[in-house]
Amino acid sequence: MRHSISVLAGAAFVTAMACGGGGEQAADGGTLSGAIEIDGSSTVYPISEAMAEEFQIANPETRVAVGVSGTGGGFKRFCAGETDVSNASRPIKDEEAAECRANGVEFTEVRVAWDGLSVVTNPANDFVQCLTTEELKRVWEPGSTVDNWSQVRSGFPDKPLTLYGPGTDSGTFDYFTEAIVGEEDASRPDYTASEDDNVLVQGVQGDPGALGYFGFAYYEENADRLKLLGVDGGTGCIQPSVEAIESQTYAPLSRPLYIYVSDRGLAKPQVEAFVEFHLQEGADLVRSVGYIPLQPEQYAEELAKVRQLASGAAETAPAGEAPVDEAPAGEDTTAVQ
Amino acid sequence: MSVERHSLEAPPELVARRRRGKVFQYLCLSATLVGVVTLVVLLADVLIDGVAWLTPTFFTEFPSRIPARAGIKSALYGTVWLMGLCALISFPLGVAAAVWLEEYAKKGWLQTVIQTNIANLAGVPSIVYGILGLAVFVRWMVPFTGGRSVISGALTISLLVLPILIIASQEAIRAVPGSIREASYGLGATKWQTVRHHVLPNAMPGILTGTILALSRAIGETAPLIMIGALTFIAFVPDGPRDQFTVLSIQIYNWASRPQPEFQHLAAAAIIVLLMLLLSMNALAIWLRNRHHREW
Repeated sequence: MRHSISVLAGAAFVTAMACGGGGEQAADGGTLSGAIEIDGSSTVYPISEAMAEEFQIANPETRVAVGVSGTGGGFKRFCAGETDVSNASRPIKDEEAAECRANGVEFTEVRVAWDGLSVVTNPANDFVQCLTTEELKRVWEPGSTVDNWSQVRSGFPDKPLTLYGPGTDSGTFDYFTEAIVGEEDASRPDYTASEDDNVLVQGVQGDPGALGYFGFAYYEENADRLKLLGVDGGTGCIQPSVEAIESQTYAPLSRPLYIYVSDRGLAKPQVEAFVEFHLQEGADLVRSVGYIPLQPEQYAEELAKVRQLASGAAETAPAGEAPVDEAPAGEDTTAVQ
Repeated sequence: MSVERHSLEAPPELVARRRRGKVFQYLCLSATLVGVVTLVVLLADVLIDGVAWLTPTFFTEFPSRIPARAGIKSALYGTVWLMGLCALISFPLGVAAAVWLEEYAKKGWLQTVIQTNIANLAGVPSIVYGILGLAVFVRWMVPFTGGRSVISGALTISLLVLPILIIASQEAIRAVPGSIREASYGLGATKWQTVRHHVLPNAMPGILTGTILALSRAIGETAPLIMIGALTFIAFVPDGPRDQFTVLSIQIYNWASRPQPEFQHLAAAAIIVLLMLLLSMNALAIWLRNRHHREW
């Protein structure tokens, strides 16, 4: 009877210790080390994930953690000083900026990519080329009972209308509802929803009465199976294209994606290196995850801004650096590059 | 009399009653099969989906956006860290609480209140513990826990398993016959000596079984960990309890929510690993119970 307690307790202890001692010492190598804390938008997450992965392969001593709290949730943590970088699919709001300032968190906004949304129909649809934002709103707003093309615009044929769109977990959903309906996450619920854009592509492809929306990258991959609609935001019909999205003439369904970097974060060499990696090597990664990279000169512009701030942060204490949106572009930025 | 009765033709109402009995029996059987068949289908589906992805590199690679080079290294290490720390925290607390409640506490209102509360806590949804963990361990105790760290997660999960562990330990201690304690006292042993040398050794198999079962419940927990912020892309292994982490259940959630079919296969493969861990823990619990089972 006596032996049982010692043996069993011993076994439990050994098990617990074996479980507890799972750490691993990373091999010595890279010069950069330390943690980088990132959180924020789920839309920007694929970009950050790709950056984090490649950055850590290049700098194995660094530890990049990328969270997905959403743009607002990310800013909450960012302004509390918990993160170095905050991903955002919209510019920071005034209240959020005030919160940051109140906590002494100075920050810089850096654009990293463009994101566009495509509105599509079945290729057999020959009567619609373009929809206005009001028409889209009437179809998609909560409580909408539009279920026939003739209700969308007088003159459209009497054909059943079926809707396809991303599910509520999708950043594209947030963005579309915000831009079209006017309120984030406000949408009629009776449409075929899928987080998998491939399912949406297949649905629209097989349904002559379909109307759907998803990220522009997915349209491009399936351009031969879909019909792309122009969107009229009040300034005439604009067909989405890489150029129209970059120049934001395709409004309101194109937007820049941002990362926000705190001055305190930029003072850490690994964070500065990560942001520079974003801007120098990021274009291909951005494209590979389905977004549209900035123009090379835009990247150079953002990079110059970050470098200037980082050197400033290294020399003097990070203070009084107002968030700069559009740094002066020109010859001097290319000189820095 | 009754023998004669049986040899007679059964009256129609008896036949009807027996038929109803049979119907009930088959209803119960089909109710059982619903659960079993669902489980078998689920397991088969997961196995077909994931088995081909269970390569050695699956265990040695970090998660990646490129399915072919994705693995569960950080999630596996995180799970082992979390469970190890959780065992270290919850085991002594749970056993000590059970010993106090069974051996020391006087029967009275205080003991009743505590006992009722423990029983209620065992039924609290895990997300509630997540919210508590976020407020207390992640935010309030930052200087100690380092925020969204393994130790914060382990403390949160420990709270979750403690009630189950206490109740299981209490049952194990209660199963030790009073005669053993009395014999010990009769030989002049103090209370502490009795507990240390007789009650605990005899209750230990039951306590360990309860502990392992409680931990195997915790190993699949996702909601409270998402709450405390473990839903992150982590491509490193924790070096200490204050490092950030991810666990298998969260890695599965992450992969399963992606559109590409390859990630569904990865999720299935990770589910297989999680199930293997869980089944081996349960097997260990059963083995312990059978090996040390004794009749008094």
